[in-house]
Amino acid sequence: MEKPFAITLEVESSLANHTGSWRVERPQYVNLMPPCNNACPAGENIQNWLYVAEDGSYEAAWRSLIIENPFPAIMGRVCYHPCQTVCNRAQLDEAVGINSVERFLGDLAIEKGWSIPITAQPTGFHVLVIGAGPTGLSAAYHLRRLGHDVTLRDAATAAGGMMRYGIPKYRLPREVLDAEVARIANMGVRFQLGRHVENLQDAIDEGFDAIFLAVGAQIGKRAYIPAGEAARILDAVSVLHDVEDGQPPLLGRRVVVYGGGNTAIDVARTAKRLGAEEAIIVYRRTREKAPADDGEIQEAIEEGVLMKWLSTVKHAGADTLKIEKMELDEKGFPQPTGEYEELEADSLVLALGQEVDLSLINNITDLEVRDGVVKVDPTMMTGRAGVFAGGDMVPAERTVTTGVGHGKKAARNIDAWLRKTAFEKQETPSIVEFKDLNPWYYSDAPHAVRPRLEGARRASTFDEVVQGLDESTALYEARRCMSCGNCFECDNCFGVCPDNAVIKLGTGKGFEINLDYCKGCGICVSECPSGSIIMIPEKS
Amino acid sequence: MSTAPVKFYQVGSFAVGNRLLPPDQNSIQSDSERTNALTSGHRACQGCGEALGARYALDAAMRASNGKMIAVNATGCLEVFSTPYPESSWRIAWLHSLFGNAPAVATGVAAALKAKGRTDIRVVSQGGDGATVDIGFGVLSGMFERNDDVLYICYDNEAYMNTGVQRSGATPPAARTSTTQAVGPEPGNVFGQGKNLPRIAMAHEIPYVATATVADLRDLEAKVTRAMEFRGARYLHVLVPCPLGWGSASCDTVRIARLATQSGLFPVFEAERGEVVSSTPIRQRVGVEEYLKLQARYGHLFSPKRRDDIIDHLQANADRNIARYNLINADTKNADLPEKGVL
Repeated sequence: MEKPFAITLEVESSLANHTGSWRVERPQYVNLMPPCNNACPAGENIQNWLYVAEDGSYEAAWRSLIIENPFPAIMGRVCYHPCQTVCNRAQLDEAVGINSVERFLGDLAIEKGWSIPITAQPTGFHVLVIGAGPTGLSAAYHLRRLGHDVTLRDAATAAGGMMRYGIPKYRLPREVLDAEVARIANMGVRFQLGRHVENLQDAIDEGFDAIFLAVGAQIGKRAYIPAGEAARILDAVSVLHDVEDGQPPLLGRRVVVYGGGNTAIDVARTAKRLGAEEAIIVYRRTREKAPADDGEIQEAIEEGVLMKWLSTVKHAGADTLKIEKMELDEKGFPQPTGEYEELEADSLVLALGQEVDLSLINNITDLEVRDGVVKVDPTMMTGRAGVFAGGDMVPAERTVTTGVGHGKKAARNIDAWLRKTAFEKQETPSIVEFKDLNPWYYSDAPHAVRPRLEGARRASTFDEVVQGLDESTALYEARRCMSCGNCFECDNCFGVCPDNAVIKLGTGKGFEINLDYCKGCGICVSECPSGSIIMIPEKS
Repeated sequence: MSTAPVKFYQVGSFAVGNRLLPPDQNSIQSDSERTNALTSGHRACQGCGEALGARYALDAAMRASNGKMIAVNATGCLEVFSTPYPESSWRIAWLHSLFGNAPAVATGVAAALKAKGRTDIRVVSQGGDGATVDIGFGVLSGMFERNDDVLYICYDNEAYMNTGVQRSGATPPAARTSTTQAVGPEPGNVFGQGKNLPRIAMAHEIPYVATATVADLRDLEAKVTRAMEFRGARYLHVLVPCPLGWGSASCDTVRIARLATQSGLFPVFEAERGEVVSSTPIRQRVGVEEYLKLQARYGHLFSPKRRDDIIDHLQANADRNIARYNLINADTKNADLPEKGVL
């Protein structure tokens, strides 16, 4: 073609110039491990279900949540939310109220009656789960979802284990517990309640393909305390159990609870509700060193429970206790001081921990017991092939959430064992720290504190203490999530690239780097709010 | 149960996009169908703030003019890296003449369009700080004085970067350039010289003057859109960090622009007919040192000997901007900077 004057080359777009050849590093989209997910004892993908909830897709969010945990409504009340302790948002303003959003989703599911269809092919295997506490229920749920037949057996006449007989109603209303248990029953799990398994061998002989033991730890530990004849000493587990059975024990006007764990707090708060004028917790160490959840301690104090830190009970009389003051030594251990005081008390409740009732495995020699708990291998199998164990009866932190996690892990390993394969746990990607984020982009937002009943009012009843979020506040809370290490499609990378080298793939599909033009400047990485892009060196 | 509407959107308007907002409330840059006035393959350095700023501004101007727009470009980095013969990165009607005459050429384009009765086609003129505050200054002032119907956009990277980082009238005090050693004992630019072009433009009492940076896209787009609502001469001054000339990491371009605003060194405001009508408050105030220390052009303030005298002088300049443009309000974090030395 004839070219204009002084023009020798065809005019063309700069797209012919592939500036990608300048690059020595390239950006790469990644999915990293948010600290909340990493801390969750039940292995929930918290970041994901919050992300789904953020646009109001609550059912989808709930369905994402229950892939890992069948009890959102229970968790939203009783979980001590280690996820929030490690939440990166705490370094910006306050941790995301993950627990309250979980409860909101759980309550909504109960209200709407969302159910869980079994989509897996029936396997023909039949698994017996012994113990209908959080661990056993979780195992039954996950086994059922994997297509197995499940029979769940428990000595008590109602399912729930410590969720029913240990956790007071004011923390976990029974209609919530019943609703989430009923959902598991509706999935086809066969419940055999009021059926105590006295001897594991008999159960084995019934011919199940696998057995999961989750009988918990229900025997209150006794400490030797010299006591007068008229002293009234009870153990915390029995007190809570009797209250649940509608036969609360007589505790008197002044109740002293000995111990610093969550059970001690539960008993002291229950005693207040049963009419005690004074409920006093005596613990040998300090508040900071007490194993109880600090939020629970705070709520107890607000309700008028008195705390006597650095104290031990030396003698129990008919209506007085002899208390010795303690002090912490250099290593932080409490040491006696020889200073004593008298404390008026009508009853003393011991909350010094619980032990496992191992009578059902007494005559089975290949189940190894160490320090009062059953030894299991990394797949949660005991020394007897096909017999697995989890929850409080194996070495672990004794919380509902840990139990739920054990149930899931056991179910996946039982499933693998039955299918003669191995359950492959995915490799954990690196954990996202606050410094990996670009917090500038997150809106400033304070934490929507859950409305709480006035301490004075709540102490007198078993009404639920912590009230839930409503829809707007739950949504607000979900949107405070910073989505650590996972793209939430804010379009920053697409916007800030000076070379127009980020391709937007469309809603839900994320982005792609156009390596023909990406010069590797790294602005997309710097300006990614959630730390979901990293730079990797080009191969030379 | 309370049903107060939730007004909280995770990233609000800080990020480029937001999946929780309807598309019309998102930035122009978040749109896959944006003009991409300056497309891929241009030869700007890695992390070029000017390439970013030009695309942000022109895409917004194209949106505001419904695609009916002609851009006139002065000589400078933007022209050189975008249009090496026979290639062009421009996807808009674009015209280049000389270093110093872009405002005059734009005046002519606007006059021609008026003569042809095509005032629906809008005119944008653009250049770097060299073309704007130095070489084309006279014709720009004339364009302002005549109130010609042109939006002039200056991409300010504070020196002549294309030719090797020579000082311009927009080079800030204490910044080192390849020519500042010649004018004094210090390696950095002197205090008390240079031109503040947004204020000079305001002195012409033209309809609209505004400043912006590549760190706040929504603000930049809003100002371009606002500017296009006026007829007559308008001036937009955009701070665009230059990794090459400022000696900063290419990944820090947006961060440095953000620190320029959050320290108060670069005030973001808009003015109509000579009066400031609004300013963008500082959200998280930082000391000037946070801004300076990321840039090698200020390296002589920290080594071999720390020059607190100069840093304090720059801090005083920032504080003056904060007072002059009212940049701190009740929502500003760290409104009172910590004592010196603990930054």
